[in-house]
Amino acid sequence: MHHIIIGAGPGGVVAAETIRKTNPNDQITLIGNEPAPPYSRMAIPYLLVDDIKEEGTFLRSSDHYHQQSIEYLQANVTGIDADAKTCELSDGSSLAYDQLCIATGSTPISPPINGIDLPNVHSCWTLEDARQILSLAKPQSRVVLMGAGFIGCIILESLVKRKVNLSVIEMGSRMVPRMLDEKAGGLLKKWCVDDGVGVYTSTKVNAIEEADDGMNVILDNGANIKADLVISATGVKSNTTFVKDSGLDIDHGILVNNKMQTNLPNIYAVGDVAQGMDFSTGEYTVQAIQPTATDHGRIAALNMAGKNAEHSGSLNMNILDTLGLISTSYGLWMGVEGGDTAEIYTPELFKYMNLRFGINDEADVLVGATTIGMTEHVGVLRGLIESKVHLGHWKQRLIDDPMRIMDAYVASTQELDNVV
Amino acid sequence: MQKSLHLDPAKCTGCLQCEMACSYEKLGEFNPSRSVIKVFTFHEEGRFAPYTCTQCDEAWCLRACPVDAITMDLTSGAKIVIDDKCVGCKVCTISCPFGTVNYVQETGKVAKCDLCGGDPECAKACPTDAITWIDANATGYDRMKAFAEKSLPSANTSA
Ligand SMILES: Cc1cc2nc3c(=O)[nH]c(=O)nc-3n(C[C@H](O)[C@H](O)[C@H](O)COP(=O)(O)OP(=O)(O)OC[C@H]3O[C@@H](n4cnc5c(N)ncnc54)[C@H](O)[C@@H]3O)c2cc1C
Ligand code: SF4
Repeated sequence: MHHIIIGAGPGGVVAAETIRKTNPNDQITLIGNEPAPPYSRMAIPYLLVDDIKEEGTFLRSSDHYHQQSIEYLQANVTGIDADAKTCELSDGSSLAYDQLCIATGSTPISPPINGIDLPNVHSCWTLEDARQILSLAKPQSRVVLMGAGFIGCIILESLVKRKVNLSVIEMGSRMVPRMLDEKAGGLLKKWCVDDGVGVYTSTKVNAIEEADDGMNVILDNGANIKADLVISATGVKSNTTFVKDSGLDIDHGILVNNKMQTNLPNIYAVGDVAQGMDFSTGEYTVQAIQPTATDHGRIAALNMAGKNAEHSGSLNMNILDTLGLISTSYGLWMGVEGGDTAEIYTPELFKYMNLRFGINDEADVLVGATTIGMTEHVGVLRGLIESKVHLGHWKQRLIDDPMRIMDAYVASTQELDNVV
Repeated sequence: MQKSLHLDPAKCTGCLQCEMACSYEKLGEFNPSRSVIKVFTFHEEGRFAPYTCTQCDEAWCLRACPVDAITMDLTSGAKIVIDDKCVGCKVCTISCPFGTVNYVQETGKVAKCDLCGGDPECAKACPTDAITWIDANATGYDRMKAFAEKSLPSANTSA
């Protein structure tokens, strides 16, 4: 049995390892097109502040693939032939598979504005991007960050630590609009502004122009910001172009069922390239987060290895550290109509916690949450949401004091006799 | 025979010796706020429950880590954080559905139970046997672990 995995990010690597663990004798080929050993994009922010070297971003040690008998091939896959069960490589050769996993991730979108192609405009997505940013973002250089979404906010911290002079431009009305509500996004903005970062929300970049002393970033409010470096973090799109004529069902990403199977036999898709089921909404979305990529990778691999594994959707969840302010969001953080809410909001201390409950027979089940300024036991929010624990009288206790989530979880899941 | 921690809330008196012993072992000082075993207090019922990582088979934290900083210790079965590799991204803290991996702002890294290399101090310190270190397949702890795991839908797998 020959398994081919296209894409050597976290989704692909976990898939390869899981197949190996399940079937010690199968042949596994992991193909990646980047000129580096498999690495993690998530570690880039720590590379940018010199906490780690490039090796520190590598997903596994260099002899790992050899030890696991996983053949790692540096090559670009240009297409697949589902009838012939082959992948075509850019050198013209082709490779035959029995089971195929597409884990090609996503790439940043470049907003259609004049000047986006200028040499000192970069995204922050690959190791190569990181090298460019390292060379351009010097102390006191003027840096404009386009986009204060999840990825933008992660890089923001690194840029501030590099002591650049930073301005952040976000089209939405608040920071991280797709992860944080008004109150949370507002706290985050205040935190950044208090720290000397220029944050412009509800603002668009109209154009970037070359100037004698760098670049002019022209905003839709007429203002003009001088920049030595512009970083574009305005969203990503799944890498599906190379399979667009393969017969695969593709929407935003490659559509997959709860076993990570595509519409074509023996072909699976995982991670940022896959449009799979969202645990909370039941809708099919591209979540583009690391835990979803690795969970997908594991499920696809078990099925490829002949087991029967399925999930009930991936929970959308994020954790963000912005200059020391830690925010998290889970599931239906925006709430459901008619569902109850438990909240504490202490803006002067930058503390916020919002719990969302479901409706009808899930009225005492947690369905979403947002936290600001909390680090203890945050994972239990995932546990409570995914295991749909009925909180019973703990719901009222949480409404009285949302900080008691861990108590609620322990009491509801351990055998505590009369505590439950 | 692999051993595991067995936690029995019914026997816990809330004396916090385990938190003291844990923090002393890990930090060289008595600082229960940073121990990785925690005793939860239920004032309403006058009950206590010690709680820590179950070293679950799913190992959500280990799988989510982007830089391979959490590994499994083959002798004790514990999932261990390698401080030198951890970049402090915190993804493991939201991935662990049991809430037992915590970010420590002072160190910029995460902390979780490592079973003290196979000789857990909390079990030795507990005067009432609410925490014991026993053969892995003996009773309650496994049930607790099983409950926690079966309650998670994305863990559904059958051979
Ligand atoms: C700076 C930064 C910070 C981030 N921080 C977080 C975070 O804190 N939390 C979080 O959850 N997520 C974070 N993410 C997102 C996370 O990194 C992605 O969700 C994750 O990398 C997705 O994994 P993947 O395996 O699906 O794809 P990728 O990691 O993108 O890997 C896919 C690989 O496939 C290769 N490939 C593509 N096409 C082909 C082809 N045709 N042939 C061969 N190879 C191909 C790509 O070049 C790439 O190497 C961050 C991303 C960035 C850029
Ligand atoms: S915080 Fe450290 S151990 Fe946890 S996932 Fe990130 S790098 Fe890995």
